[in-house]
Amino acid sequence: MIKIKWFKGQWIHITFANIALYTIMGLLVCFTALPLVYLVSTAFKPLDELFLYPPQFIVRKPTTQNFTDLFMSLNSSSVPFIRFTFNSVIITVGIVAATVVVSSIGAYSLVKFKPPGGKRIFDLVLMALMFSPHVTKIPSYMVVNKLGLIDTYWALLLPSIAVAYNFFLMKQFCEQYPDELIEAARIDGSGELRIFLKLVMPALGPAWSTLIVFSFVSNWNDYFSPLIYITSQAMKTLPLALQTIAGGAATASIGRAGAVAASGLLMTLPTIVIFTLMQSKVMETMTYSGIKG
Amino acid sequence: MSKELTFDSAVAKKYKKSFKERFVIFIKKNWIGYLFLAPFLILFTIFTVIPVIYALGLSFTNYNMLQAATWAGVDNYRLLFLDDSVFMTAISNTLTFSIIVGPTGYLMSFFAAWVINQLKAKRAFALAFYAPSITSGIAMSTVWLVAFSSDRQGYINNFLINLGFIDQPILWNTDPNYIMTVIIIIQLWMSMGTGFLVFLAGLQNVDRSLYEAGAIDGVKNKLQELFYITLPSMKPQLLFGAINSITGSFGVFEIATQVAGMPSPQYAGHTIVAHLYDYAFMRFQMGYASAVAVVLFVMTFVLGKVVMKLLSSKDE
Repeated sequence: MIKIKWFKGQWIHITFANIALYTIMGLLVCFTALPLVYLVSTAFKPLDELFLYPPQFIVRKPTTQNFTDLFMSLNSSSVPFIRFTFNSVIITVGIVAATVVVSSIGAYSLVKFKPPGGKRIFDLVLMALMFSPHVTKIPSYMVVNKLGLIDTYWALLLPSIAVAYNFFLMKQFCEQYPDELIEAARIDGSGELRIFLKLVMPALGPAWSTLIVFSFVSNWNDYFSPLIYITSQAMKTLPLALQTIAGGAATASIGRAGAVAASGLLMTLPTIVIFTLMQSKVMETMTYSGIKG
Repeated sequence: MSKELTFDSAVAKKYKKSFKERFVIFIKKNWIGYLFLAPFLILFTIFTVIPVIYALGLSFTNYNMLQAATWAGVDNYRLLFLDDSVFMTAISNTLTFSIIVGPTGYLMSFFAAWVINQLKAKRAFALAFYAPSITSGIAMSTVWLVAFSSDRQGYINNFLINLGFIDQPILWNTDPNYIMTVIIIIQLWMSMGTGFLVFLAGLQNVDRSLYEAGAIDGVKNKLQELFYITLPSMKPQLLFGAINSITGSFGVFEIATQVAGMPSPQYAGHTIVAHLYDYAFMRFQMGYASAVAVVLFVMTFVLGKVVMKLLSSKDE
């Protein structure tokens, strides 16, 4: 066993088991990270390398030609590209913010206030979670249509907020929050909303940051909702716009392959940024001021 | 009390009032709970419950999306179980798949979260491990479809031929003997991100003081710590992960069709959701597709309830 001084004055112990562990995990992680490597490297590949088969993971002669191509083809469209980006950002941020608030406060209420009928409500959530989304798509369309929301931001926002999955996630984490802390705050005279916002939400950091990641990744990449709910060009979101402008992977024409590769990277970048920002919260150690539940 | 007993009308009045009173008390006691739940409940009812009930209703009709639905009673279900042999294949494929992928993926994602949580540079590890979930489409088409490509150029065939294990490339995505295995491997790898992240978050929620208390009480090594402290403290996340694995593995579809096509050779990669999709969006028989969804729902719900019984926390 060797001792090495790590930064911040910490000691790390290098043992055989440790080396083995890091090697195994390192290899595993290299393997799972392959698509990321591929994504970045492909965006910089010149046209001839894009068509190599089998594909090469590392680019040989990097070029920014793909990005130029992408912006050329974007500029040729009638709606400015910034509009699609704006649509996507507004809708994704709106959904994520709303779903975090609505699911957290609802789940908290279900777990801690235990309103009569709460068990039934949770059963309903669970049932919805297990009902295949494929057959509810057409009924959902009918509902959105009846409400007159077609081709508005609301059609993309509202149906994605109260998601059973998100509610279930928040409910599970709320259960771990000690009742004693809530009681103590009540005795101190804090209002219920204040308790929730100042006490419970900060402690549920790992839970809602996980939710932000899930919700952002799925809604940012959502291609299906705008496809069925949006009819005008100016209301389209990025995934749909890129599909039609740059030509999606399925319909990729040879000339546009570079643009597709570049747009793949640009589309994925925000999700990686969100994950990196949120993961420090996901892995934040929670302390409940020494009270054991 | 004695007063009430003597005057019948007064009793009635009193009772009426007390009912009203009880109602007021009920509201006073619970209004905040319902208020907090209201935003979720309203949106959930409109955009989820109503469509689900609608689909449930459709399962008892013939509906082709062009003409109005006509009542069919239990015909769809009778057809499904008695005459649809492809559906039986789909059920058996889905079950085989779920029995393997569900538990394995569950254990592997927990183990990965547990190990990575204890490593230095855990952020980099976590990002790399979550990468397949972020880049799902790209991961699928560039890594897996090329890896399991049926020609000599496919990474795996190429590797096996070079090492001399095989002479001819294996037809990974057209040979019915291999299709299921390939789908299982890919799904395992692609689907671990969600459980992994939830477990990682759950690990932070375990009360640190429990570990100190455990050390005093004689917990000797990491493994004992895992079984006596970490796992019992993480029941809510373990339950979430389990339900997530069940719905995920029973709902497998996209990966199966990308690997083996639709329909797959001899229906070797045909799953329940593939069957549903086939009827809903290719044959436009929404009624029949809804019946398939109901059967799938019943299967997952029963299993989900069993798992909840096993992993429920104290107040359930």
